[in-house]
Amino acid sequence: MIAVALKGLLGRKTRAILTALAIVLGTGMVSATLIFTDTLHRAFSGVFSAPYEQASVVVSGKQIVTGAANTPSVPASLVARIKKVPGVEAASGGFLFTTVKLVRANDKAIGKGGPQFGFGVDPADKRFTPLALTTGRWPSGPGEIAIGAVTAAKEHFAVGDTIGAKGTGHVHHYTITGLAEIPGVSSGSATLAAFDVRTAQVLLDKQGRYDSIAVVGSPDVTPRALAARIRPLLSEAETVRTSAAEAASVNKSVTGGISGFKYILLAFAGIALFVGAFVIFNTISMTVAQRTRELATLRTLGASRRQVLRSVLLESAVIGALASLFGLVLGLGLFKALETLFTGLPQAGTVFSAQTVVVTIVLGTGITLLAGLFPALRATRVPPIAAVREGAELPVGRFHRYKPYVAGAVIAVAVFAIAAGVLSGGGAKSVLVPAAGGMLLLFIGVAMISSSLVAPLIRVVGAPARRLGGSMGRLASANSGRNPARTAATAAALMIGLALVTFVAVLASGLESSTKGDLTRQVKSDYIVVPDTSTSATYFDAATGPALASVRGITSVSAVRSDNARVLGSTISVNGIDGATIAGAYRFAWKDGSDAVLTDLGNGAIVDSKWAKTRKLSVGSPFQVQASNGTKRTFVVRATYHPKFQAVFGGILVDRSHFDRMFPNPQNGYVFVNVASGASPAATAALAKSLRPFSDVTVQSTPGWIKTQLNDIQTTLDVFYAFLALSVIVSLFGMVNTLVLSVFERTREIGMLRAVGVSRRQLRRMIRHESIITALIGAALALPLGIFLAAILTRAMSSQGLSFHLPLTQLVYFAWVAVVAGVWAAVLPARRAARLNVLQALQYE
Amino acid sequence: MSLLEAPVRVRTAHAVVAASGLTRQYGEGDTTVHALRNVSIEIEEARLTAIMGPSGSGKSTLMHILAGLDAPTEGSVTIDGVEITGMNDKQLTRLRREHIGFVFQFFNLLPMLTAEENILLPLSIAGEKPEREWVEELLETVGIADRSTHRPSQLSGGQQQRVSIARALISKPSVLFADEPTGNLDSTTSKDVLALLRHSVEELGQTTVMVTHDASAAALADRILFLADGQIVKEVRGSTAAEVLAAMQEVSGR
Ligand SMILES: Nc1ncnc2c1ncn2[C@@H]1O[C@H](COP(=O)(O)OP(=O)(O)OP(=O)(O)O)[C@@H](O)[C@H]1O
Ligand SMILES: [Mg+2]
Repeated sequence: MIAVALKGLLGRKTRAILTALAIVLGTGMVSATLIFTDTLHRAFSGVFSAPYEQASVVVSGKQIVTGAANTPSVPASLVARIKKVPGVEAASGGFLFTTVKLVRANDKAIGKGGPQFGFGVDPADKRFTPLALTTGRWPSGPGEIAIGAVTAAKEHFAVGDTIGAKGTGHVHHYTITGLAEIPGVSSGSATLAAFDVRTAQVLLDKQGRYDSIAVVGSPDVTPRALAARIRPLLSEAETVRTSAAEAASVNKSVTGGISGFKYILLAFAGIALFVGAFVIFNTISMTVAQRTRELATLRTLGASRRQVLRSVLLESAVIGALASLFGLVLGLGLFKALETLFTGLPQAGTVFSAQTVVVTIVLGTGITLLAGLFPALRATRVPPIAAVREGAELPVGRFHRYKPYVAGAVIAVAVFAIAAGVLSGGGAKSVLVPAAGGMLLLFIGVAMISSSLVAPLIRVVGAPARRLGGSMGRLASANSGRNPARTAATAAALMIGLALVTFVAVLASGLESSTKGDLTRQVKSDYIVVPDTSTSATYFDAATGPALASVRGITSVSAVRSDNARVLGSTISVNGIDGATIAGAYRFAWKDGSDAVLTDLGNGAIVDSKWAKTRKLSVGSPFQVQASNGTKRTFVVRATYHPKFQAVFGGILVDRSHFDRMFPNPQNGYVFVNVASGASPAATAALAKSLRPFSDVTVQSTPGWIKTQLNDIQTTLDVFYAFLALSVIVSLFGMVNTLVLSVFERTREIGMLRAVGVSRRQLRRMIRHESIITALIGAALALPLGIFLAAILTRAMSSQGLSFHLPLTQLVYFAWVAVVAGVWAAVLPARRAARLNVLQALQYE
Repeated sequence: MSLLEAPVRVRTAHAVVAASGLTRQYGEGDTTVHALRNVSIEIEEARLTAIMGPSGSGKSTLMHILAGLDAPTEGSVTIDGVEITGMNDKQLTRLRREHIGFVFQFFNLLPMLTAEENILLPLSIAGEKPEREWVEELLETVGIADRSTHRPSQLSGGQQQRVSIARALISKPSVLFADEPTGNLDSTTSKDVLALLRHSVEELGQTTVMVTHDASAAALADRILFLADGQIVKEVRGSTAAEVLAAMQEVSGR
């Protein structure tokens, strides 16, 4: 029996390959994702944990606030005291992976959004730097720098050249004494800048301080014991950890970022697999139907139901396993594509783990088996008598008549799950899990009822074929309706991809229109100064404000400070505003207050009304703010406001002078500028000129800045489209498959058509129209479904100000994409049909 | 008319298959078709029994019921003394494996298997090892020894039918059923196939039931049952083709 199943599979090679293709893309994406994230993981952990390998324990500043402008540091004097601790062999302070921007001669920052790493190396003890010199010598004194070899090659710098570097203040210029790299890892688009530790302190404005102190203990002291001995020396703001714990915590924060990314990629892979499962279900169903006679003969020869079930399942298993293997190979290719798509990430040797192989094969085979289970169960219901009856139909299942009710129930549960998820208001997990599960269920439910929608839909979407396609178009329209279940399943696969694309497009359209409206409403100034997009920074030099103020023709400059702080137990963004000028630059959507509070804010704070509500604060309530260096200060709520969906500022605004007094190294988040005669190229040029020394900021007219924000949304959207396109491609394979099989089934009929004078070209047209009709049914199901899903989500988020907007041209475009997909899918099957030999086709039994 | 009112009862000593009071109706109400009306029959061991009758007289229906492929509306069937009506799917599967062989009008060979693989299929389904001697003998008997590695598409209709007879014989069934085994073959090839069936009855003692429209085919049978309108209306033993033709005329001219 096993031999029969395998030989049968060999006899249907094309079909098997087409079926397998449906799952190859999905498994390929799964394996590519796993390879990619494993490789990234190794690269990152290699980069960030290398420095700790040489040390026993590490002393560093306690991080109170994440994402703050100022990273925690420790006093340099601590090194001498640590060295006196018994059991300490060596201690060395330095800077590791701090932010230092390299600057070209034209004052522009180097690096495209990649990390910009700076290192301060102890000249007496270089073992704690992750860098290894490739050319030249280590910098040793003010005015000297070593930069990354990759950056040097890319930007044409050599030893002896001068290069600019920027810490928190102005650009400093240095002579390159050497080139360095992190061994074993390509730094991608990250830039590396290494200095003598004292030079680094000056550049970073951390005189007398270090990021961390690496301590080496004598062999007879365990790192834990050593940490215990050092701990009494430390103040509240400092902490000591074993180097293993330090490396683990660094790794954990890196892994967190990677695994978020991994789950997003896996979600897209999951969608492709889900669509693939539909295609497989459909193909195997058709195969079983076409093999009715054969299966019945096996039954008359004594095959049991179980044997029939096993033979059909075995076929699925083999297809699934083969597809998974191909998926692994494809995964390697897609991995390379991902690497080029996300350039700038550090790279290490490709990590192809056993786990990747196992997960891919188990997932691919499992999903294929699952999809093949229902058709296989149907196959067991083929009665032996079908071996002798002409045109025997598969009997319908016992539960067939309940199908509409089951479909209805599935849809109801799905909508409920989506609603529950969206309205849960909890974290990402409590929203996404039920919502995503609900969406999958909804697709299944709609697919289940879609066979009854096929006939009415054909009446609509088949109209062009009937009108314009002549007799062949009419035949095609009739053919599409012959087996509604099959047409529905084929269209459903396409529906999933298209519905998700529609969902994303409608959501994004709402997001764009809200963003545009909200930002336009908030920002009144002619110009806005923000960090340059080529840097990953969120803050910039506070000196930009005074620099801009000296430009001629300026009527007002309002610099807004920005930093993260700890408030009521969590990290939140705090802004420092200038009460005298802010009203001319920013329009507050007051809830409880007015512009009057701006001028005498004192120790008052303006807070987001939503945030205040969740924190049970109201006008008059005091609350404490803690800066990254530990400084605490109490503010009193003076007024509340709520910008709708897209807020320019964080949740808390305080007076700028108070901000500057409590935050270490205060930096700007925005500078708003008004000019006498409105935005003009001349004014832009003058402003840009005054900002030249700052290298990493950019000035944009307010409409220009808003456009940039919208472009960012568009970029994310494009990546989503690209990944969803994979699912659409999978469903395309499904359409090809269905058409090939139905051509095969209709061999005799096609022979008859040819015999009565239908030309090859007409035959091709008929198949093409059938394909387009199926695709249009998919689109007709997908567009409303996608819009519906987007509407639910928008509705749930409307309280946050997200608006609903239909991107009509885009939707028309998607329907057009479906038609093109239909045309493509028909190419191969149409050619097959046209090639059939009339005589043979007529004799075909 | 008297024939219709008093159906012929057929009884013999060694019955491999016995049926009594078989009735088969299709559909309900006004559109009810009575494919079989109260048929009782016994199939003798090691004999070739032919079933004849006009189109639509219920030959195939009778055979399907005798073979357990279809269930009668009323009545019962025993094979080798075991009641098969009311058997569940598992029991029927065992019955087919051990007691029944089929030869189809359209051969029903699996296209991806070679002739020999097709022949061995019932054994492989049952998970049994073929006896080499028996296989050789069969290949020899059906005369496709030199074609054993060919696929069905590379064989002529007659060869295909001989393969399918070998497939039916391989598990040495208690009874072999053949529904118009020559219905899809020309007269010369038909002769070969019929000779093979006759041979298997004589040399191997294979009990065989054959439905046919062909008088010369029926003439090879030990016994011929005539069906008309769902009833057995006549039985003939060891007749010539001419006698069969005359009997057929009588039955259909009724
Ligand atoms: N599945 C079915 N549903 C309804 N009626 C049926 C079915 N199978 C057979 N019949 C009817 O039962 C009667 C007997 O059919 P059967 O196939 O047994 O005839 P037959 O003698 O084999 O005819 P032929 O020589 O044409 O093969 C016919 O009237 C036929 O129309
Ligand atoms: Mg018949």
